[in-house]
Amino acid sequence: MKIHEYQARQLLSDAGIPVPPGQMVETVEDAVAETKKIFASGESLVVIKAQVHAGGRGKAGFVKLVRSVEEAREAADFMLGNRMVSVQTGAEGIEVKRLLIAAGVDIEKEYYLAVTLDRNNGVNTLIASAEGGVEIETVAHDNPDAIHKVPIHPLSGLEAFEARALAKRLGFHGRQIQQAATIMQRLASLYSSLDASIVEINPLIVTPPTDAAPDGRVIAIDAKFGFDDNALYRHPELKAMHDPAEENPAEIRAEEFGLSYVALDGTIGCLVNGAGLAMSTMDIVKLHGGEPANFLDVGGSATKESVTEAFRIILGDGRVNGVLVNIFGGIMRCDTIASAIVAAAKEVGFDVPLVVRLEGTEVDAARQILEDAKADIPSMQTARNLAEAAAAVCDAVA
Amino acid sequence: MAILVDGNTKVLCQGITGSTGAFHTKGCLAYGTQMVGGVTPGKGGTHDANGLPIFDTVREAVDGTGADATMIFVPPPFAADAILEAAEAGLHVICAITEGIPVQDMVRVRAILREYPRSVLIGPNCPGVITPGRRVSGEGPDSVIEGGCKIGIMPGYIHTAKADASTGKAVGVISRSGTLTYEAVWQTSVLGIGQTTCVGIGGDPVRGTGFIDLIERFEGDPETDGIIVIGEIGGTDEIEAAYWIKEHAKKPVAAFIAGRTAPPGKRMGHAGAIIGGTEDTADAKIAAFKACGVDVAESPADLGTTMAKALGLEVTI
Repeated sequence: MKIHEYQARQLLSDAGIPVPPGQMVETVEDAVAETKKIFASGESLVVIKAQVHAGGRGKAGFVKLVRSVEEAREAADFMLGNRMVSVQTGAEGIEVKRLLIAAGVDIEKEYYLAVTLDRNNGVNTLIASAEGGVEIETVAHDNPDAIHKVPIHPLSGLEAFEARALAKRLGFHGRQIQQAATIMQRLASLYSSLDASIVEINPLIVTPPTDAAPDGRVIAIDAKFGFDDNALYRHPELKAMHDPAEENPAEIRAEEFGLSYVALDGTIGCLVNGAGLAMSTMDIVKLHGGEPANFLDVGGSATKESVTEAFRIILGDGRVNGVLVNIFGGIMRCDTIASAIVAAAKEVGFDVPLVVRLEGTEVDAARQILEDAKADIPSMQTARNLAEAAAAVCDAVA
Repeated sequence: MAILVDGNTKVLCQGITGSTGAFHTKGCLAYGTQMVGGVTPGKGGTHDANGLPIFDTVREAVDGTGADATMIFVPPPFAADAILEAAEAGLHVICAITEGIPVQDMVRVRAILREYPRSVLIGPNCPGVITPGRRVSGEGPDSVIEGGCKIGIMPGYIHTAKADASTGKAVGVISRSGTLTYEAVWQTSVLGIGQTTCVGIGGDPVRGTGFIDLIERFEGDPETDGIIVIGEIGGTDEIEAAYWIKEHAKKPVAAFIAGRTAPPGKRMGHAGAIIGGTEDTADAKIAAFKACGVDVAESPADLGTTMAKALGLEVTI
């Protein structure tokens, strides 16, 4: 699960990590009022940012720096209700319903700070770089030595001295070291206490020196969180932050029926049991010259209802012009799934080619059920093995 | 011979009174596994539908039955605790079938399990482990099997013991995916190749035993003639396994990697199957295997034939 930037800022702020003052708004009037408030506090710069999960906002024109109330009104008016199209959204874009109005901050230097899982060692890891403000992937590619990694002890967490040492290595100096180290420790414990899969501050900045803060202040400007879906049951506060408008509606519907579904760009719909077999089925479709339209794992206990819903979701994608069903019945009996396929196909109505490949428990009975149903579902054909099935569906749509 | 488990292994089921645990306990008994009891806190002193004794704690179950392995069907919020309880009770093989355990729970479990080097954790989010037994009568799902050990949810009858294999060969199977393992087992069985032991290591990002540990065990098992390795997108375990194979493995290895067509950044069913950097794509893993002299099946339909060829067998299909 992902959350919006304004929610991420709130989580950081609640954990004692400094962020510039700001407020989420949903109307142009509120945007203007918040802007006035920030100017009145003595700031001279306000940043207005569209709150959508997709990246690429800056380039798309949905992050604006303003120096007057009029500019703020214009920017808010443009963004709210508009659809943002960026490299990450697809052509149809995402509707902007919320804005973040925050004080602009003068930046002396930018850093990158994140916590995520190091899968190879099975431990959480603090990742930091003195090259902030750019994509960490770019840094990793161009200058891998600039990325520092500190494993976080699974049982005792990140120690203060480890954080100070990392701050020193990153080039923080004087009073900045303690500020940066405190942020690192708080970020590490926030990450594990919220069951995050990633938390990323980019950029973490140092402000220019002032009389009150001669070494500047260390502040988080932008933050991203990803959360472990499997742990949401123990975080009702995070569940409440979920914004279903940001997700693919077909993927949400699939989840309600216990299906794991991911929409792709191709034309051949796939219905499979098991995640690995589902991925492999997409792969074999591609090997035979087709393009998979989706990943769909019906899970271990498919029923007539869930298979019907799966077919509805697959056929609801207008680009689909053929469907491949690949089931290896283990605990799930093939005859159960065959009956479900027949019932579902009758209910949904199939006007595109349907190729069914079943193997495993009770496969003979299942084949008989499909044979008997062929008159009712003229677009259906059966295949004896995976290669034959992939070839058949690709031929049928070619 | 086989690895990890055999016909003498005594097995517990943690979560035996839940519907899934009860169902699969029955399935394992039907395969001939020596199921000796179960654990459900609060139900100690009773028996399950098969007459197996139920205990309140794993320690009591081990003391009462002499069990050396367990399969865990405990719901995700309590599964990490169940794994640690099994390790503390001294069980050697711990199969965590449960899907959906929070990653941070497994980070803790993995750290604590270092204190129990004799325990091997398989999974979580996996089909389990099976050492096929010999078929004494019947066919298909009605086969009567003897001397095997099935711990988990896989369909037992698709497996073939080495003694029943027409080619006289048997392979070890290691996989991150359940149904794809069945596919590999089925394809090898159809080709007359048996399996010594099949291990589903699970689809989660933080798990117990991995490819290298199991390849090493199969290398040391005289009955195992070759090894099938089934990986997928996410993580870099397969790449490390590929280089380990190049350095140390003497037996032929056939590999398949699922997810060549998976888009980056999207989770494909398995929590571990998400493409992050460049090293964890299917193409990077396939390239690493090929560079290390491992035969890679281009298609999931070629798992069996790729293994057969690597074993030097004539393939006629």
